[in-house]
Amino acid sequence: MARYAMAIDTKRCVGCTDCVVACQTENNVPVGYCRDWIVEETTGTYPELHMEIRSERCNHCEDAPCVRSCPTSASHYADGGIVLVDHDECIGCKACITSCPYDARFVHPEGYVDKCTFCIHRVKEGKDPACVSVCPTHAMIFGDLEDENSEISEALKTRKHKTLIPEAGTVPHVYYLL
Amino acid sequence: MKEIEITSGRMNPGIDPVLHAWGWEIPVYLFIGGLVAGILFFSALFFLRGKTEQYPTTVKRAPLLTPIFLAIGLFALFLDLTHKLYFWRLYTTIRLESPMSWGAWTLLIIFPLSVIWSATWFKEIFPEWNWKWSFLNRLDDWFTAYRKVLAWSLIFLSIILGMYTGILLSAFNARPFWNTSILGPLFLVSGLSTGAAAIMLMSKNKAERQIMSKIDISLIGIEIFLIIHLFMGFLASIEVHVQAAELFLGGPYTAVFWTFVFTLGLVVPLIAELLEWRGYHIPVKVPAFLVLIGGLVLRFIVVDAGQTSRWLYKFMQ
Repeated sequence: MARYAMAIDTKRCVGCTDCVVACQTENNVPVGYCRDWIVEETTGTYPELHMEIRSERCNHCEDAPCVRSCPTSASHYADGGIVLVDHDECIGCKACITSCPYDARFVHPEGYVDKCTFCIHRVKEGKDPACVSVCPTHAMIFGDLEDENSEISEALKTRKHKTLIPEAGTVPHVYYLL
Repeated sequence: MKEIEITSGRMNPGIDPVLHAWGWEIPVYLFIGGLVAGILFFSALFFLRGKTEQYPTTVKRAPLLTPIFLAIGLFALFLDLTHKLYFWRLYTTIRLESPMSWGAWTLLIIFPLSVIWSATWFKEIFPEWNWKWSFLNRLDDWFTAYRKVLAWSLIFLSIILGMYTGILLSAFNARPFWNTSILGPLFLVSGLSTGAAAIMLMSKNKAERQIMSKIDISLIGIEIFLIIHLFMGFLASIEVHVQAAELFLGGPYTAVFWTFVFTLGLVVPLIAELLEWRGYHIPVKVPAFLVLIGGLVLRFIVVDAGQTSRWLYKFMQ
């Protein structure tokens, strides 16, 4: 069994938003919506400032509260631990939206709940997700954590990294290399 | 200094800048769910204690409203769904981890049960009543013979219904203000209290109003205790919980909560009911009405405040 994850190198990311546009194009995300977004975090006092740029999205959590709260099993774990929404099972109750500490989900204009899929349709063909494939600085790595020799496993072994609000207890699988 | 900015822009409707997934439909439903749970609970309880003739409004008349109320509540829930035609998917799975799932199944049982329970009292309330078809009359007789079973099921299911309206929210750890186990018991007690208030409004029997008023006094007392506990728990907890409590202790919900829910919805009716007990003449409608409004406002505030409390992106508020 694979365990897909993503690592974003905050030392390389320049916040160009190419990943955001690539996702919107690849996945036909309706205008005015986004499945991923760029966050710039500045800490410190001038002149000692530190800036971290992150490309954020659904964390495809291992203990996903959206899957737990879904009353119809529309939100489910697919191959490789990717969290998906089955459109034909979703009733639009929005329990998953309120359960997500990352606010990664939204109601698609067609009524069902939508979010990042790790581009599972591309992953199945052996390709990287759209956002990863277009990143001009190669700041994003997608891969299988179960495979010890994968690029992502290597990166997490050799680099300092963090996840977002691990204290929310969801075991997120989007890592940020520091 | 710590400054966070979403530079790519993120304005997903209903999510940003502040989560607004649930509007008026959910608090209205939660209020109705609690109210119906309260009415059915007292009806079944007093029936089992053999007080049917002593307290006829509680046992026989008040339940007649519950199928109508539940239908309104369920319609509100339906309106909230964004993928409405797929609502039946709720009933193709049972997901024990999802309070919404077992809430949906509870409603599927308690709704017909409330119809049957009310129907068995029809002939006693309206002596001229006759179910046109003979099989309905036979069915009525059959259910009337099993009232005890019905009553016990109603007690059990009404507690689940009242409790689940709170647990539904408290299960979301992404929303710190909801994420407290006090919410289940608080909504249950508040639901029973609004049920008692509704019966007080309907009853023309003084002794019946007095017993409901006495029950309501203790329920309001428990509610005040639970609300104080809720804030004590938050203030003793982690940062996001402290911030959630601060929404009500100086934050945007301070005035509306402490005025309409705590003072007008709990303290004033409590004092009014206590004074009436001591012999002062206070129209029963006043505390009963205040309790009902307070219960409704409580649900609106809790649903709204929960959606503004969060872990990430606090800068967007």
